Amino acid sequence: MATYSSNQLKNGLKVMLDGDPCTMLDVEFVKPGKGQAFTRVRLRNLITGRVWERTFKSNETLEGADVMDTDMEYLYNDGEMWHFMDNHTFEQVAADKNAVGDNYKWLKEQDKATVTLWNGNPIAITPPNFVELEVVDTDPGVKGDTAQGGSKPATLTTGAVVRVPLFIEIGQKLRIDTRTGEYVSRA
Amino acid sequence: MSAVHNSWRPTASIQNLRRRAEILSQIRAFFAERQVMEVDTHLLSHCAVSDPFIDSMQVNYQSLPGGEITPMFLQTSPEYAMKRLLCAGSGPIYQLAKVFRNGESGRRHNPEFTLLEWYQTGFNLPQLMQEVEALIQLILPDQSFEYISYRDVFKRTLQLDPFTASLAELKAACREQVEASFEDEDRDTWLNLLMSHLIEPHLNATFVHSYPPSQAALANIAQDEYGTRVAARFEVYVRGIELANGYHELTDAQEQKRRLKADHDQRKQLGLPTYPLEMRLVHALEQGLPHCSGVALGVDRLIMLALGCNQIQDVIPFSIDHA
Repeated sequence: MATYSSNQLKNGLKVMLDGDPCTMLDVEFVKPGKGQAFTRVRLRNLITGRVWERTFKSNETLEGADVMDTDMEYLYNDGEMWHFMDNHTFEQVAADKNAVGDNYKWLKEQDKATVTLWNGNPIAITPPNFVELEVVDTDPGVKGDTAQGGSKPATLTTGAVVRVPLFIEIGQKLRIDTRTGEYVSRA
Repeated sequence: MSAVHNSWRPTASIQNLRRRAEILSQIRAFFAERQVMEVDTHLLSHCAVSDPFIDSMQVNYQSLPGGEITPMFLQTSPEYAMKRLLCAGSGPIYQLAKVFRNGESGRRHNPEFTLLEWYQTGFNLPQLMQEVEALIQLILPDQSFEYISYRDVFKRTLQLDPFTASLAELKAACREQVEASFEDEDRDTWLNLLMSHLIEPHLNATFVHSYPPSQAALANIAQDEYGTRVAARFEVYVRGIELANGYHELTDAQEQKRRLKADHDQRKQLGLPTYPLEMRLVHALEQGLPHCSGVALGVDRLIMLALGCNQIQDVIPFSIDHA
């Protein structure tokens, strides 16, 4: 893997720090009036999600991380692992609970998801911004109540529970924003 | 690294450039009123700045078409040239100069930028600080300034005396609040890290003066009220942005020569390129530099503050990627 010198740092660069792959969110050049320059970087640890700042001086070297985002199709869950396939190469990968995290709630079979691979292994799953999922359980719908504000919980096929308007009924398909976990509309 | 941007459009709005033009003319009027002469010295020099942490850009010069190539350097500051003018009897002078610093690019840095540099003969450092304050207040009318020594600003912010703290204490103070895994045995690296990361961001409209002698650059060494040797140097910060750097100017030719050589040696030691030293500056000082104070102020940053812009590219017509 490539190594980078501290004057090659830029947003989006993936490097290894303390054994974990990290991505650079913000790179700022800091130059005192007299004296050597520093590079101040905001980073996200791609394994733990932690965001923090670190400062480098010139001539420090960093090891690049073999991290790439790949669009894949979600196939199935075997009770322990979530399986994905690259539709171009037909290569399959299996992601564990650490990589999938809470995003299992938005994974529907045959839907697309972005799989972040580190050395070929999945370390994070990002669902599409919007998914369409069916309601499997909710209190009976209230007819004609489309204008009023109230909401109620609804359980979706994936097990996700979202707040929905009172008129929603079991069997309806809903459009959900996965970034906020909020109901958008009927699909 | 920096990609060429294909857009033909300027990075600053025409409205910002109009404000920029007004500010430049206010600056010129300020000096005309004070009878400080405008000069425009060369941008290209046979010699480069000695400072190990400023990198000069090199240009291939040919005196005849197809002739032998002589490497020349774009100025990183007009300081050497202006001091040669002072030694030749120019009296008070100022310059709005384009300067070039390789590798310095970021939100507040463009490798080519505009520096306002001026020298007042007969001025001591407090007099020059007052004049700098007057100039900044002309452009930023709402600012009132605080004056604090380097020692006191460290004590106030970090409860640490930068002159007496050991290297280990400086490192510990850094590691406590700044994540940095590198090692360095130079006190100034840690002082600079503390200053730039933990102190500067909180400085609004502040003159910091009386620096450690190791950070004197071309300033005289004086004694402070505690009898400590300090550099007669100041820096100005507004809203956490470093704006200007001033000196009570070193007039001792031998000391000047010693500092040029020390920079040269440090460059060698750090494996940095070494360039011809500006010995004509030493010769000028041998002739005699009048007692004077001088300052360099980042004009683009001053305009950023006046216009409330966060990025230097918003106040210059074309930033480096668009140039």
